Amino acid sequence: MSDFLQTRVGAALKDAALAAVITLLLASIMVGLRTKTEQGGLVIVGQWGLVAWMVGVVFVGRLAMSLLIWRGNNPVANAMNAMLPKQDTVSKIGKLVGPLLLLFAVTLPFYGNRYVIDMGILVLTYIMLGWGLNIVVGLAGLLDLGYVAFYAVGAYSYALFAQYFDLSFWVCLPLAGILAAFWGMILGFPVLRLRGDYLAIVTLAFGEIIRVVLLNWYEFTGGPDGISRIPRPSFFGLEFTRKNGFADFFGLDYSSMHRIIFLFYLILILALITNFVTMRLRKLPIGRAWEALREDEIACRSLGINTTNTKLTAFALGAMFGGFAGAFFATRQGFISPESFTFMESAIILAIVVLGGLGSQLGVVIASLVMIGGFEVFRDLEDLRMLVFGLLMVGIMIWKPRGIVSSRAPSVFLKEKKSVSGDLVAEGEG
Amino acid sequence: MTTWQDNPILTVEHLTMRFGGLVAVDDLSFEVGRGDITALIGPNGAGKTTVFNCVTGFYKPTEGRITMKRENGQEFLLERIPDFEIAHHARVARTFQNIRLFGGMTVLENLMIAQHNKLMKDSVFSIGGIFGIKSFRKSENASVKKATEWLERINLIDRADDPAADLPYGDQRRLEIARAMCTNPELLCLDEPAAGLNPRETSELNGLLHSIRDIDKTAVLLIEHDMSMVMEISDHVVVLDYGVKISDGDADFVQNDPRVIAAYLGVDDDEVEVAEAEAKVGQKEGATS
Repeated sequence: MSDFLQTRVGAALKDAALAAVITLLLASIMVGLRTKTEQGGLVIVGQWGLVAWMVGVVFVGRLAMSLLIWRGNNPVANAMNAMLPKQDTVSKIGKLVGPLLLLFAVTLPFYGNRYVIDMGILVLTYIMLGWGLNIVVGLAGLLDLGYVAFYAVGAYSYALFAQYFDLSFWVCLPLAGILAAFWGMILGFPVLRLRGDYLAIVTLAFGEIIRVVLLNWYEFTGGPDGISRIPRPSFFGLEFTRKNGFADFFGLDYSSMHRIIFLFYLILILALITNFVTMRLRKLPIGRAWEALREDEIACRSLGINTTNTKLTAFALGAMFGGFAGAFFATRQGFISPESFTFMESAIILAIVVLGGLGSQLGVVIASLVMIGGFEVFRDLEDLRMLVFGLLMVGIMIWKPRGIVSSRAPSVFLKEKKSVSGDLVAEGEG
Repeated sequence: MTTWQDNPILTVEHLTMRFGGLVAVDDLSFEVGRGDITALIGPNGAGKTTVFNCVTGFYKPTEGRITMKRENGQEFLLERIPDFEIAHHARVARTFQNIRLFGGMTVLENLMIAQHNKLMKDSVFSIGGIFGIKSFRKSENASVKKATEWLERINLIDRADDPAADLPYGDQRRLEIARAMCTNPELLCLDEPAAGLNPRETSELNGLLHSIRDIDKTAVLLIEHDMSMVMEISDHVVVLDYGVKISDGDADFVQNDPRVIAAYLGVDDDEVEVAEAEAKVGQKEGATS
């Protein structure tokens, strides 16, 4: 008997039996017993057939996995390994993916319908937010759970400027960015001496404070009613109206699609600017200092780097891009209320950055496409889509714990540009 | 007269550091001579690293004054200024007992970060850098050149584009020294540079330290446990025991100082008995008091 357990099949059987027992214990309580409302109160109904099914599936599945996939030296595992692309091929593909995605984005309005372009705008907004947050979390290694606050500051500054001073979108866009950066600094000064979990908690609180203030300052922000009739952006002074607007000027037939396509290109350009500036800064001393800060703060200080200022620039810059995105959000929606700026938004943006791979620009794009685009595509599945996304996240965290794109490209090289494996790159302490 | 009395670069006066009830450094005074290699030695727990952390601003001393006098005559009171300004303005660089490299960044990047302040200024605080102004590109090239020179000096030029965490231990130690040197220091503080090195690597390190003293005209203050290395390269040795200075002088003087021999380098058999007897008396006194 003990000889049998030593063999491969025996070990697999033992493992599968153990898993089945655990399933039985868990499932008996969680699935097997169900309360049901009947006359005279609650009754407990047993669902033992379902439990038996679950135990059976777990047993067979676990057995198959440990016999065929987890252990090496069997035809299935070898075939699986051969199917996975080599590291070289992956980086070659990676070089192509960026330009292809850009081409796809630029040409999308030519063949997409209204729904697709709207989706594109939404995804691009999150890409821009993800890129903005990537500066703070991915490069500087500061965990910011309240990023949505800067998004809100941007959106409300445009809406309020437009409402009270009648300023146009193009004047307000830089103002929104500057105000958000300013708020980033105000928050940064007291907060950036904290590290790790403490920083995360305080930024989380800050995000909520902004939302609660917007909700309660009724006279100024409209409270829960929000701000409506936010002016739409113009194309160099040409409004997208039926008469005497964009369409008339270019001799086109009026179509409501013009505005949508304009908004699409607007957010595309804003996002590309964010990307350009970030990529540029990464290669400058400030960007290197951010990454060094993520690696080791004490060593940074020993080299004469003012860590407070360096953190503040990262925070302010990330906030600024959040502010730009916020102003765009306000003008696209035409209506904003505090409900758009809940903690869930911060969590989604952070999830995009983390799943994409800290510090990776391409990773953010892929994660946004999957998280935001995928979420919409599976809208028909109703409740199941949350389950699907939960599974997806668990899957990514198991197989790619450092995010989809985990390697880091060096900012400067002498002879040959070799990417640094994600295992060596620190995540930052706070 | 000796260099450290004549022309000190660093003067530590009455330095005391307390952590709660523990006195790690007690009323310590010593000088570091310009152009000297000064060794700070002592048994484990003598307070050497605490002195280092006070000099480089990572601790603020409870009492005392630390004066850094730069080549151009500027004086800095190190106990009053924040750590990053000590490195930037007072030109004191340091390495760490447990190596602190930026492991996920390449060897070259590590040396570029050390030149951050100069590059930051030349990139007009990044604004000029974003638009790629010429003076910044020039400055960046100069920094790469400087880093390359250092990589050649420490024999790591072939690994310039590899992540620092992939280097073997000895190379990491040398890289950390080169990184500290890239900040253009006038005083270089090394916390156990030879720890974990084999004899060949140690002798290479000696050569490197001599070249830092003679070519770069940088004073070196080091903590070390490897006595043969200390006695070989040091111009000046300060011995600490329980936070108190017990000896101060050149290598020969310290080696022959009976207090150092008793506390540190070992004593003759009959002296051991005397010392043990003293220790017993001390314990009794300790118990009664």
